[in-house]
Amino acid sequence: MLRSMDRELLQILFVTLRMSFFSTLISCLVGMPLGVLIESGRFKGRGLIKKFLHTMMGLPPVVAGLIVYMLFTKYGPFGRLGLLFTVEVMVIAQCILIIPIVSSLTCSVVSTNLNPVLQSTKGLRLSKAKTLRLLLNENKYALLSVVLTAFSRSIAEVGAVSLVGGNIQWKTRVMTTAIMLETNKGNFSFALALGCVLLLISLVVNILVGVFSKNEKTES
Amino acid sequence: MMKKLLALLLALVMVLSFAACKGSDDANATTEAGATTATTDEKENMTIRMSTTTSVNDSGLLPYLLPVFEKETGYKVEVQSAGTGAAIQKAVDGNADLILVHAKASEETFISDGYGVERIPFMYNYFVVVGPKDDPAAIKDSESAADAFKKIADTKAKFVSRGDESGTHKAELKIWGESVPDSEKDTWYISAGQGMGACLTMASEQGAYCLTDKATFLSMKDKLDLDIILSESEDMKNTYSLIECNSEKLDGINTKGAKALIEWMTGDEASGLIAEYGKEQYGQPLFFLIEK
Repeated sequence: MLRSMDRELLQILFVTLRMSFFSTLISCLVGMPLGVLIESGRFKGRGLIKKFLHTMMGLPPVVAGLIVYMLFTKYGPFGRLGLLFTVEVMVIAQCILIIPIVSSLTCSVVSTNLNPVLQSTKGLRLSKAKTLRLLLNENKYALLSVVLTAFSRSIAEVGAVSLVGGNIQWKTRVMTTAIMLETNKGNFSFALALGCVLLLISLVVNILVGVFSKNEKTES
Repeated sequence: MMKKLLALLLALVMVLSFAACKGSDDANATTEAGATTATTDEKENMTIRMSTTTSVNDSGLLPYLLPVFEKETGYKVEVQSAGTGAAIQKAVDGNADLILVHAKASEETFISDGYGVERIPFMYNYFVVVGPKDDPAAIKDSESAADAFKKIADTKAKFVSRGDESGTHKAELKIWGESVPDSEKDTWYISAGQGMGACLTMASEQGAYCLTDKATFLSMKDKLDLDIILSESEDMKNTYSLIECNSEKLDGINTKGAKALIEWMTGDEASGLIAEYGKEQYGQPLFFLIEK
């Protein structure tokens, strides 16, 4: 059943992976340091920021899509960039959704061994940047699952992606929007088959990460 | 101070959500009560499931007609709207009592496969080609949609296609005929794979042409940077049909309800209402009746 659209399917898979990879990468690069800073910092309004991040975790994807759409529409503030209906803008929408998740999860991960690490860095008089790196390094296995969460979220997202990406064939169509399209066409079983492919990709990524982290553990 | 404020806010949210729940509970209770009295009195299924395309539902035609029917007959019509492909598939899966769609070839297959009883064409309108106001491909005076499409292809002006096997998409493919653009190579041909509204928005954003039903376009016109460039050529005629699902092939079909609704939709009262629809809001009717 899937063989009939080999070339197009491959292209869709490629776009999906490209989008998910960059969404995950950017979200983690921004979200993880943010999470550590919030958790380790002792500044005013910290609780409020955490609550805000938790609230943002519940942001409906369509709303995130809508916000990005309004920003990048022809007469919107960033309309001149002409980014609407491109993979780039899909990544931006995804980051709005995923960064709060990554930073909130990072907060909880880091909180488990925050105090001992902080005490030792204080004792050693390490700089803030070094403390940050140490905290991330100490928790790298737990943070790996945060990365996986971010990746799963981005690969499975449909509402925001179809709104700002437009589900354009050969350009911005990803697995989830292809599934949506096949469902709308009435090809329910084909849509389901695509869903299975999507799950398979998630499985493969999970296994790869699992193998990778195991190797790391045995080496060290 | 902060905590108190937060607690207050939380309390407010909870109260509001309770109030909202209560409201909807009440509504549910009344409809349930209505349904049970109906079934015990007459032992009859008073729910009609209609599977239809987005163009008749989103244009507001069904929300305008059906309350009248429901009030007169006591039936409750559940409308599921999707692209024609999905609308028909839902009926094939036994999830509808009748369909209202606009894709002749698919309708005929639906019937020849035994799922539908009879195709009853009852109204039509015209697709229109909309595009940027300055009409870059100069299609304004084309004799037919096919002619206009040829000019679009020649100038490689942007064109947004539904690409979702809906009735509108099938009509578009028919107009292209032999020379359907290849969306992989011809980058000016954008196959969006989305509903009419999303495609129109995209066409407006990209300064592209698009084939659309008039009703959806008029209902969104204010938000779009598009004009009707070509309309009412014979190859853009769009016929809507009603088909009752076949209870011999499918289980649990409310045949009586489907028949009642079809009879009402093709009757004088509905005809009058359909002919009037759109005149007030858009200054022109959106659907025309097929003379019997």
